[in-house]
Amino acid sequence: MAATQEEIVAGLAEIVNEIAGIPVEDVATDKSFTDDLDVDSLSMVEVVVAAEERFDVKIPDDDVKNLKTVGDATDYILKHQD
Amino acid sequence: MNTTNRTVVVTGIGATTPLGGDSASTWEGLVQGRSGITKLEQDWAAELPVRIAGTIAVEPTEVLARPLARKLDRSAQFALIAAREAWADAGYTGKAGEDPAVEPERVGAVVASGIGGVTTLLGQYDVLKEQGVRRVSPHTVPMLMPNSPSANVGLEVNARAGVHTPVSACASGAEAIGYAVEMIRSGRADVVVAGGTEAAIHPLPMVAFANMMAMSKNNDEPTRASRPYDKARDGFVLSEGAGIVILESAEHAARRGAQIYCEAVGQGLSADAHHIAQPEPTGRGVAAALEHLFAENDVKPAEVVHVNAHATSTPQGDVAEVKALRRVLGDDLGHIMVSGTKSMTGHLLGGAGGIETVATVLALKNRVAPPTINLENLDDEIEPDLVSGEARPLPEGRIVALNNSFGFGGHNVVLALRSV
Repeated sequence: MAATQEEIVAGLAEIVNEIAGIPVEDVATDKSFTDDLDVDSLSMVEVVVAAEERFDVKIPDDDVKNLKTVGDATDYILKHQD
Repeated sequence: MNTTNRTVVVTGIGATTPLGGDSASTWEGLVQGRSGITKLEQDWAAELPVRIAGTIAVEPTEVLARPLARKLDRSAQFALIAAREAWADAGYTGKAGEDPAVEPERVGAVVASGIGGVTTLLGQYDVLKEQGVRRVSPHTVPMLMPNSPSANVGLEVNARAGVHTPVSACASGAEAIGYAVEMIRSGRADVVVAGGTEAAIHPLPMVAFANMMAMSKNNDEPTRASRPYDKARDGFVLSEGAGIVILESAEHAARRGAQIYCEAVGQGLSADAHHIAQPEPTGRGVAAALEHLFAENDVKPAEVVHVNAHATSTPQGDVAEVKALRRVLGDDLGHIMVSGTKSMTGHLLGGAGGIETVATVLALKNRVAPPTINLENLDDEIEPDLVSGEARPLPEGRIVALNNSFGFGGHNVVLALRSV
């Protein structure tokens, strides 16, 4: 069953909390992974792999560079999840 | 002969070891003659020929924030913990630049490890085989590279004068400290964070060392397994942890009114050119390092009152070191108290030179030579005045202590410290 937008944001918040230590309540769609959430390019790879597993979606490396904000990632997952 | 006249002093110390999570608890354990060696309870250890080790007393994950810890190899975690303690102990209130007492361009970091990020390398290979390509951590390379502890310590204090990682197996930590002294003497830096770290308690290194016949197999009596100079010694005990010192030019330390533990006089270096892993049996190479120390630095054998020996508890190495001390120090050996602190800490490989320098700094400060424990039947070839069983007082006045470290490959490093 596909996840809702709300579920995806909550899931990403948990992933970002695990990887970067940012409180889940600080993770919102308008936040930039790099500038706001302390997720550097290496940690972003971890976020992507965790999101792929959690939401059963494939995010090719070429698409990762377009995922600047939590909202970008949420929209991508909503569109591509099975 | 110094290239410059810059005096180097120690202004801070830090450690995390099998005896304690900081330098104070480690020192307390050393003075009390407490062993940090225990049985390995992990499942993987059950079938190993060696099932004892000196595991860290305080797990780094209890000290470091989780997001930071998960991006660091265990060896870098130890180094960072010890470096933070040392940096604060030196009186710095923030990283270089944030604390106006020190400029980033004048700060260096030289932290070494003998083996590097071996648990990360092997752990991620397991991930690759068992979970596939996608699951290998993107942090693997910056975690496993041998310069990772030095680089992470450099980031922590904002070191821009240079970040270096000399590698010489079990002499690495001492070589790092010697290199750091030279950085300050030559004028490249005013402050250098220096020392050694190791985290290699993993089945592969354990088996590999055991198959070299280098490790004690006294699995039933872990606290009695590391016994330098004793007739029954049968090899070293592998341990983990880090020891770090803050080295500083005397002028820089004086300008900011820093505490001064002791002077870091200098180093003597040599190589055996004998065998890739066996010590040269007559102690020729170690003697050469001692001779270089006295020829190239402002220090005399008559000043030396204490040696923190390399003394790993191997049958050959302990004797070769003693022969070298006798050859170079001659009758002066009669007033020198020799301690083998690996009897308590085990052997931290690249971390050894770091924690033993911390121990030597504290021996000078507290005027106490820590003991060599487990010395029940002295080897016939060992003749110096060994601090056996219990700690002993060191004399008053300006005194010098040496810290010896030698490594597979034939690397010999002798460091000299002088009380202030």
